[in-house]
Formats: sequence, C-alpha cells, structure tokens
Amino acid sequence: MKATQYIAAPDNLVSSEPNKFDAAKLRSEEMIINLGPQHPSTHGVLRLEVLSDGEIIKEVVPHIGYLHRCFEKHTESLPYNQIIPFVDRMDYLAAMNSEHAYAMGVERMLGITNQIPKRVEYIRVLVAELNRIASHLVGVGAYGLDLGAFTPFFWIMRDREHILRLLEWACGARMLYNYIWIGGLYYDLPVGFEQQCRAFITYFAPKAIELEQLLVDNKIFIDRTANVGVLPLNLAINCGATGPMLRGSGLRFDLRKVDGYSVYPEIDFEVPVGEGKMGTTGDCWDRTWVRVREIHESLHIISQCLDKLENECKRTREFDPQAIIPKKIRPQAQEIYVRAENPKGELGYYFRADGKSDIPFRCKVRACSFVNLSILPELCKGVLLADLIAILGSIDIVLGEVDR
Amino acid sequence: MPVSLIIDASTLHSVCEHLYNNTETYFDMLTCITGVDNGAEANSMEVIYHLYSIPFNHSLMLKVILPRENPEVETITTIWKSANWLEREVYDMFGIVFTNHPDLRRILMPADWKGYPLRKDYKHEETYRGIKIDS
Repeated sequence: MKATQYIAAPDNLVSSEPNKFDAAKLRSEEMIINLGPQHPSTHGVLRLEVLSDGEIIKEVVPHIGYLHRCFEKHTESLPYNQIIPFVDRMDYLAAMNSEHAYAMGVERMLGITNQIPKRVEYIRVLVAELNRIASHLVGVGAYGLDLGAFTPFFWIMRDREHILRLLEWACGARMLYNYIWIGGLYYDLPVGFEQQCRAFITYFAPKAIELEQLLVDNKIFIDRTANVGVLPLNLAINCGATGPMLRGSGLRFDLRKVDGYSVYPEIDFEVPVGEGKMGTTGDCWDRTWVRVREIHESLHIISQCLDKLENECKRTREFDPQAIIPKKIRPQAQEIYVRAENPKGELGYYFRADGKSDIPFRCKVRACSFVNLSILPELCKGVLLADLIAILGSIDIVLGEVDR
Repeated sequence: MPVSLIIDASTLHSVCEHLYNNTETYFDMLTCITGVDNGAEANSMEVIYHLYSIPFNHSLMLKVILPRENPEVETITTIWKSANWLEREVYDMFGIVFTNHPDLRRILMPADWKGYPLRKDYKHEETYRGIKIDS
C-alpha cells in the first residue's frame, strides 16, 4: 500500500466492530464463538457473534456492514436513470427484479405507468422470472452445500449458467444487467430468443424435479431441516418477514397477487405456502420447499409470457423499446413508496422528489434480506450450534442487499 | 397511493399501539422506517414509518417531524419487532436517538465512525484509522 493511503499506527489495528458481549463478564459455562466474516456458510461477509453454553446457543448477534457501499448516499448525487446500475449491485443474484421494481417506482412518479407498451411489460416479467429462478437455484443449492450436500450445488450452477447465458444474450451482461430502463428497455429481445427460451424450459423442467428429488426429498436433508428453526406465523409478521420466509410460515401472501403490478394479473400462477409436510409449519424445510415450488411456478409464468410475445405482442420492425423513455426525468414534488416481490421478499423503494431537480431528494431502499436477517437472533435462541448454519442458510440472504 | 399522516413525536407510541390493536385498522406489519433530513434551511428531520395491514390490504405512512439538534423519538420495538434493526439504521445514518431502544448501536457503519452520513451537511473525516478516505 502506498504511504499516502495508509498511515501505520498501532491504534489502527483494533477491531472496528467490537463484540456486544464482554468476555470478562461471562458466566463460567458461557463462551463467545465468532463466525465469519470470512466463512463460506455465512454467504458473504456476515459476522455472527454467538454466545453459547456448550452446544446450546444463548444469543446470536449479527454484525453487518462489511459490504456497505453507501447506496443511499450515492443516490443523492445521481439522476434517476443513472441509479439503475447501482440498483443492480444490491441484490446481485436477482438484479432484474430490483431493476423492475425501481423502474416501476420512477414510472409511477412520472405518471407514465399506463403508457408502457405491453411487449415491454411482458419482456420485463419474462427476464425477472428467469432471474427469480436463478436466484432460487443459488439459494437452494448453496443451502445444500451448507448442510453437506455437495452434488446439488454443481447441478444448480450448471442449470443457472443457461439462464445467465440467455440474459447475457438479451442485454450483454451476465449478472449486473442495466437492462430495464425507466419507461422501457435497453434493447428488444434478440431474434430467436423465444425459441431458445422454450428450449431451456423443456430442458430445465425435468431437471428441477430431479433437484427436488435429490435434495429436498432427501432423508438426510429432511433430518437436518424439519422441525428446525420454526418461525410461527405471528412472529413472522411481527418481525416483518416477507417472501419465502413468510410463505414458509403458511401465509399465502405474494405481492405479485396482492398488488397485481405489471402484467401479473393477466398471468395464471399459484402461490405455494409451507404446510408442515415434514415437520412443523414454518421450519427450514418448508422455506426451502416453497423456493423449489416457486421455481416451477416461474417456469409456468415464463411459458405464458413467451406465448404472448410470440402471438399478441409480436416483434415488429417498428417496435422501439426506448420509444417512451422520457428525455428528461424530473418528477413533480411528491413522496412515494413502491414495493415489489423479489425472490427474497418485499423490495421497497421510498422516493422523495422536490420537483426542482433530476436527482432524488431521498431514495431509501427497504431491503428484504436486511429485514429477514434481523429475525435470526429470534430464531436461534436455545438451538444447537450445528442448527445455526441450517437456519441461516434457510433465510437465503444476499449480503450485497443487507449492507447496500 | 398510501395515506400519510403527520403526528407529534410525543404521541407516536400510543398512536402506533392504537393502530396495532384496533380491530378496524390492525396494522400488523411495520414494513420500513425511513429517515429524511430536510437540510439546514428547513431545519427539521423526519422519521417515516411505513405500516401495512395484511388482512385489510391498506398501508399508511406515519410521519414524525423532529428538530435537527438532538432529535429524539420513542422506540416502537415493543410493538413491532422489525423496528429493532430499522431504527438502528436510522440512528446510524441520521443520529436520531430512539429512546428505550433495547440495543441502539451503529449497524452499517463501523462502531467508531464519526458523524452521520446521510445528513445533508455531512462532511467526512480525512482519514479513518489511518486509511485515507477518497471523496
């Protein structure tokens, strides 16, 4: 490191994130175990401070912020359209879904929601659902990896690669797309995309069933996850859980149905909920099962989108996905809260515009992983240390979104 | 479009308790807490609580306006557990103190960080622990 960048001093080597519990004040049977921030099963840079009595956990204190990139501060100096790449980098496993929610929010502020062409809306839903599958695949596969099932991880990476290639073909990037723009899209879908996408569905539908049989119906997996980390419904609602966390606890609540944004009201799909098939409703197995079922539902949505894109909303020579993108994005003075169903839960944006500039006065993100992770201390009281990893993995967090 | 309501900071806890318990409103979910700094000219800060009722499917923005010097408001973690981390984040970014909060520490920034980054007049330090901060 250059001398100008870093000044060496002994005081600088102290931990910047001190433990909540003081080791000197513990009782004789208690101890503090530190997990992370560089630990593969914490799914990123999450640090957990565990106060335990032998194998029993008394308290878990998550320490976050290691991946904090000042998203909300950045938005105070960027015009609306230039924020989209920053939005990608929050939940980097499901960037399309975040972009979709963001674009929807700004369009609602500008009052152009009704002018968006149907073809654009269907493409948005198509790519968002493809990304949802990719996100759930990583969630389920990495969860298997946490619990010692090595094979499913390779399988999901192989299948996810097909999705990433499809999205790369559509917009040029594998993970951070900048594809959905305010009022439209960057490009139309490439010629032949629909056929390739259908080929992917034909290939992937049996693979998803195979994954379910290999991992979720596996006896060892069930033994590790059933009746572990049970989240009762009233606690889930009180703690603000959303997405598969809430549905795993048995409430049929999906913003795609409840709010009916974009073209979701025109599409037929089911909302799977946890039923306690292998143990208690709301355990780790239920949450994983909900994710696997949602993969199948997303495939169903994608094939309906493809039907529309090949028939009613066909590609034409004149169609320009950038046609109604506003030249100047300057919403009137207002404040608005927009929410959408991300793979991991409810993603919300709070905007405040002052009506005088192209830059939001305040843009706040309600990150689903952040709120879902805050339930971890509640879930981990009195469980075994080995179950901590099982519970943490079932929450399916992305640290990029927790820390923003 | 959710309804917004501005209330006095001292009444926040009782209003929230009423909204939570009343069978006609029944706001069972606290979705989000936003802090807003209106800048030195307006000389005020806001805390916005986004409430949502699952059975009635309606949402409400509850606003509290605070002074910029020593902003304080009572915590609502006793009603909604999700308020715990959300309030910590607002404290971290704006320096708004939530009284009676069970565990009010910085959450995203390092524990020894100086200043509150999302205030409009925030100026960052030259160095942090010997590391030069680029602007």
